[in-house]
Amino acid sequence: MNLTINGTAYSVDLPDDMPLLWALRDGLNITSVKYGCGIAQCGACTVHIGGQAVRSCQVALADVWGEITTIEGLGTPDALHAIQEAWIAHQVAQCGYCQSGQIMQAADLLAQNPAPTDADIDAAMSGNLCRCGTYPRIRAAVHAAASAMREA
Amino acid sequence: MGRARTIARRSFLIGSAAIVSGVAFGAWFVTRATPNPLLGELGEGEAALTPFVKITPEGITLIVPRADVGQGIASTQAMLIAEELDIDPSTATLDPGQPHPAYFNGSVAAEGLPFPAWEHGFVARTVRDLMVNVARLSGSQFTGGSSSVADLHETLRLAGATARETLKAAAAARTGVPMAELRTEDGHVILPDGTHIAYTALAAEAAAIDPVTDVTLRPASNWRRLGKAYQRLDIVAKSTGTQDYGIDVVLPGMLHATVRANPGRGGGMAGYIPNAALAMPGVRSVVEVNEGLAVVAENTWFAFQAAQALEVDWLPPDYPASSAEMWQALSDAHTDEFRNSRLRDDGDVEAALDGATAIAAEYRAPFLAHAALEPLSATVLVESERVTIWTATQVPHVVRDAAVAVTGLDASQVTLHALPAGGSFGRRLDHDYVVQAIQIAASMPGTPIKTTWSREEDMTHDFPRPLHMALGRGTVADGRVVTYDLDTISPSLVQSWFGRVFIVPPGPDTMLVWGAFDQPYAIPNYRITGYAAPPMMPVGSWRSPGACSNSFFHESFLSELIHAAGADPLEERLRLIADADSRRVLEAVGEMANWAGADIGPGRGRGIAFAHTHGVPVAEVIDVTMTDRGLRIDAVWIAADCGTVFDPINAEAQLTGAAIFGLGHAMNCELTYENHAVQQTNFDAFEGVRLHQTPRFHTRLLGLAGRVRGLGEPATAPAAPALADAIFAATGQRPREMPFNKAVDFA
Repeated sequence: MNLTINGTAYSVDLPDDMPLLWALRDGLNITSVKYGCGIAQCGACTVHIGGQAVRSCQVALADVWGEITTIEGLGTPDALHAIQEAWIAHQVAQCGYCQSGQIMQAADLLAQNPAPTDADIDAAMSGNLCRCGTYPRIRAAVHAAASAMREA
Repeated sequence: MGRARTIARRSFLIGSAAIVSGVAFGAWFVTRATPNPLLGELGEGEAALTPFVKITPEGITLIVPRADVGQGIASTQAMLIAEELDIDPSTATLDPGQPHPAYFNGSVAAEGLPFPAWEHGFVARTVRDLMVNVARLSGSQFTGGSSSVADLHETLRLAGATARETLKAAAAARTGVPMAELRTEDGHVILPDGTHIAYTALAAEAAAIDPVTDVTLRPASNWRRLGKAYQRLDIVAKSTGTQDYGIDVVLPGMLHATVRANPGRGGGMAGYIPNAALAMPGVRSVVEVNEGLAVVAENTWFAFQAAQALEVDWLPPDYPASSAEMWQALSDAHTDEFRNSRLRDDGDVEAALDGATAIAAEYRAPFLAHAALEPLSATVLVESERVTIWTATQVPHVVRDAAVAVTGLDASQVTLHALPAGGSFGRRLDHDYVVQAIQIAASMPGTPIKTTWSREEDMTHDFPRPLHMALGRGTVADGRVVTYDLDTISPSLVQSWFGRVFIVPPGPDTMLVWGAFDQPYAIPNYRITGYAAPPMMPVGSWRSPGACSNSFFHESFLSELIHAAGADPLEERLRLIADADSRRVLEAVGEMANWAGADIGPGRGRGIAFAHTHGVPVAEVIDVTMTDRGLRIDAVWIAADCGTVFDPINAEAQLTGAAIFGLGHAMNCELTYENHAVQQTNFDAFEGVRLHQTPRFHTRLLGLAGRVRGLGEPATAPAAPALADAIFAATGQRPREMPFNKAVDFA
């Protein structure tokens, strides 16, 4: 099985029906992609396939239809994406476990809607659970990132 | 120089100034020096000037022993040391250290006493001091009870100051410049001529001299980091996917495991057939562990699949099979036989109720899962002479002792790599998942094995918040609350949890009545009675234990009485409270929300609640609106006073996060049981708050209280009763049972 992740080609020898989540985490040691529920209820495993946010726990390896982007493909500590800069400036994370998924979901939203309203953010982000309750800062950070990306 | 001499001279604990003296009994023993655990691991030219600061030629390591489960305590600990040490903490390595008595937690033990936190009389102070020393002797290294800052803020600043002054002494010895003429800045000692000497270059010399213990802490007015808006040290990692949690450990040759335990907790097995599981792809073995079986496989997915294929004949546990039977057991425990405490008994409740027209109400709070987003996990490598554990835990000393018990090795042969947790909310005060992981790894010595629970296993085998109910009776007269009598009934959390990780303390179960007996109201006839129902399944500490249920009961019933009296909910609370810190937060929240009563217009409602938990008074006001999609929470105002605030940005996050945690579970979460098993096993049936339900928050920390306290929990307890009060104001119906979605739909 061949996968392209963050622009790099990988080959994995894993069953067709294995969820992408586990291929990434255990097959390729890309542990930024988090396991939280396994049934698409929490969003912690969110990655992009072909630029679209998906729950990697629900995508079988054989069904991967495009290039995969994980949060490392969005930005790194030395080369932050505007969304990550906003997340840092607003100190969103508490435990931080959901935040890779939150940020990847926000990236999908802002790619489609450069100036989301609160209602747009609610609609796009409500599938991503945060047990620590960082939601007020997530809202603020999405607005800040949108503003920064429009000005860039 | 000789190592023995160094150790002898260093064997004071820098925290000695933080250890309250004045306990006559055994004081010579309990307050004696605790050895510095870092001294045994030093190399040539390295210095451990206190148990919290290690300096080598390569860099500075700060030991931050309290577990970071999301509350940001790793950063706060580092900032407390750095303020006095004069370093940029982002340049230091943070290390949780190994479990050791030097890192004991005295505050947690001092909290579990039959005195309210706002009571500071002689007996309360003396017994608290005694409990601090019990914890010190036993080396209890808990992270919990919102205790970390309260417990360590002086100890860590003293550690930083001692290290700084010792480095200055070393620089003075090297240069001949008197210490008084030296200053420190950004990891350097600076001579009068401007010469900078890096701390790291002074390590060897500092290790060879007596630490300077006669230090004075800088006043808050001189702080350069504490109290200012600063960036959490983990925020970049947690915004870029580069933070490694316990579940993310990757080791060469590692295998993966998962556990399938009896869904009827503690029931045991009559037998099992592993053949189908063993025949599945990538499966290496099936192992018997505490409470059930484990599958070891080449990856977690294979292990999950195979665990479902195990054929197991589970035996039933000895607790009631269904929620209905459990509620009945609780009701049945409302008798003198199960009476556990009456820690408040003011006036004469019986006389006041006799012949009076009493107002009565019954309240219920369900079992709740902790359901941290990171499922429980631990990675363990067992070798002939060593066991190495990578996990997130709030009880490192208990994990170490468990490793000794499972493997038969000595405590000195246990290495614990304590990692950040993706949430906990009290779950990691238990260590069952680590014990299983050690058992699994012990079945395959030499191979590191990561054990990961599925979400379903995590929720099925939680130690949940206990089922809890209360019955209130009271009277009002002349617009005032006159009589308040609350009976609160629950299985004993202290018996269950302390029994697993510590010792069951003698005396009443104070946690059973936290958030009720310890509230600072001066009601003329005021009585709180705790009833300890027979044990059901084992239960655990859940964010603001005891109070997370009792505060809902206590404040709701108080609101019912105030309403019956025709009084204003804020004014009557202020009239009944003398404690200055508590009055101030009520006054503040009223001012913030422009309080003018509960009526804020048609289809809307405003609620209020107050709770004094973990030593922190918190008042919350909540506005709600009935919409055509259901009830919406519009806004929440929170005023609290934890004394000095060291980390203001994180403090605000703890207030709002704790309130959201309290609200979400009050809205829509419960664990119910059928056939002894939990019925809600994933987030589809246990949602909490989602983004679209998140209200606007307005917070204020007063910073006026005399005692420093932590904020991980205190804003949790008043959230549910404030929401219930707002729902009553909007709908005329007061929800008396959590979750409230039994009575009202939420938008």
